[in-house]
Amino acid sequence: MDLPVLNASATAETGGGCDSHSCGSSDDQLGHLPEHIRAKVHNHPCYSEQAHHYFARMHVAVAPACNIQCHYCNRKYDCSNESRPGVVSEVLTPDQAVKKVMAVAANIPQMTVLGIAGPGDPLANPERTFATFRELSEKAPDIKLCVSTNGLSLPESVEELSKHNIDHVTITINCVDPDVGAKIYPWIFWNNKRIMGREGAAILIEQQQKGLEMLTARGILVKVNSVMIPGVNDEHLVEVSKVVKSKGAFLHNVMPLIAEPEHGTFYGLMGQPGPTHEDLQKLQDACAGDMNMMRHCRQCRADAVGLLGEDRGQEFTMDKIEDMEIDYPAAMVKRAEVHAQIARELEIKDQARAAKAELVAIQGQKKDGPKTRPVLMAVATKGGGVINEHFGHASEFLIYEASEFGVRFIGHRKTIPYCEGGDTCGDGESALDVTIRELSGCEVVLCSKVGYEPWGPLEAAGMQPNGEHAMEPIEDAVLAVYAEMGAAGKLDAKPELQQKAA
Amino acid sequence: MAFEIIETCVNCYACEPLCPNQAIYQASPHFLINPDKCTECIGDYMDAQCTSICPIEGAILDDLGNPVNPIGSLTGIPMELLAQYQTALDATYQAALDAKTA
Repeated sequence: MDLPVLNASATAETGGGCDSHSCGSSDDQLGHLPEHIRAKVHNHPCYSEQAHHYFARMHVAVAPACNIQCHYCNRKYDCSNESRPGVVSEVLTPDQAVKKVMAVAANIPQMTVLGIAGPGDPLANPERTFATFRELSEKAPDIKLCVSTNGLSLPESVEELSKHNIDHVTITINCVDPDVGAKIYPWIFWNNKRIMGREGAAILIEQQQKGLEMLTARGILVKVNSVMIPGVNDEHLVEVSKVVKSKGAFLHNVMPLIAEPEHGTFYGLMGQPGPTHEDLQKLQDACAGDMNMMRHCRQCRADAVGLLGEDRGQEFTMDKIEDMEIDYPAAMVKRAEVHAQIARELEIKDQARAAKAELVAIQGQKKDGPKTRPVLMAVATKGGGVINEHFGHASEFLIYEASEFGVRFIGHRKTIPYCEGGDTCGDGESALDVTIRELSGCEVVLCSKVGYEPWGPLEAAGMQPNGEHAMEPIEDAVLAVYAEMGAAGKLDAKPELQQKAA
Repeated sequence: MAFEIIETCVNCYACEPLCPNQAIYQASPHFLINPDKCTECIGDYMDAQCTSICPIEGAILDDLGNPVNPIGSLTGIPMELLAQYQTALDATYQAALDAKTA
């Protein structure tokens, strides 16, 4: 059997606990892509799982208007404490946006990507969106530009998009069937009319598919985002994945529905539940046979700044950047140095990985060994691909699955940091409960340090805290812990797991 | 005969470029309609444009002071449910407003 673990050209035949293209400790989900596409995405945190540990992105909120209504969105409650799409604290003019981008790029040199994602639909605000792109492509040519859209106005915008050298477009496609769409989109604004229900959904779907085809025909990379809404489009998304892949989309990002009553959305108020972590993973795995899946999306705000999973937007509010003097040519030099440094670091890692891949491939020849069961592990990191975050400071954990086939990235889970610092640990108890609930299913929690207090409750919940691999590369540490578990006889496959893996 | 934008407007800009009479303008704390210019789109479009794209139920009133898009007409959220959560939603909305003015 071809070992998918560390093999860049893994294919769908690889079964068992790891039947996705994204599988592999070494490579991210882009491993099998042609070189010219990899070159386009290697430093794009939203397109490359590996890149998201190193490179940062930002969104500028220049596009407040929207031309459709989605049942998971409510434009009324833009709260600065919420982290979800469609939400922003301040809408910017194109000039303000350009200033902000250059301020961030100069201060966070790892920032490689500027996206316009709303808070409405960027292509429903073409003047504001394209004015921003136009000015940025002149003033900051070292920043990648990308855009995210619901697709309704996409066909008419493709020409203009290709003019601005935007080579990444994300389309949110939740369905390819108007009957499903009628349950997600109450209305669209189309040809000077509001069109309700199924009829509107049908037009939206047609425009999305047409736009997707037009973009891929021009060689523009398209990622498709889908919101998983249990009971509405969950099973249907497998079909969506097939259809968009056949039309040339290169990455599919299935995200969980975010719906709480206090958001005031239709789904939130109607009590529509989001998927469990397990259901989301199952669906992503089901789609993965046909399509590259993105699993590291953080569903960030339309004005997010920083590495995925962090938001440094508050450091760059308009009043703060007003006073910043930006020497962009100088900043570009520094940025190029930082990017080269990261590239060197990644190259060294790739080489180490390739060497190891060979070793594993040789060991993998004998497949008579006993079957071991897959194990989920939670990892606290603040970037760089290493375990470098204290348990108590982590606001999210990355989830990895170790199995006899290797290690693969599954996703992330957000939580409340157990303690924001030394002083507040005393009343951190409820935050710990949240973390334990969010990490359900994980058997190991890897972090750079973990305190005495959370240790007991974590163990009691069946999660072994582990601070022994601080500063080690995540995949190496996960594999090492998995090997230790094996040596301790903790990986004997349970009958049902064996069945699944067969 | 003119429409009026009221305080529940969220300043999303969607209506402004659509107005055939340039009657809509940005103002603080929210967009406004110049009643002398507004024709409710009669003669230009079958449906009034601002009220056809506005995502906020109740944010635009007709000349009798009635919402053109009444509560529940766009989102389909039943009124009882909205009422039930109104206090929580008001708090969220107020917090958002406070954050903006802070």
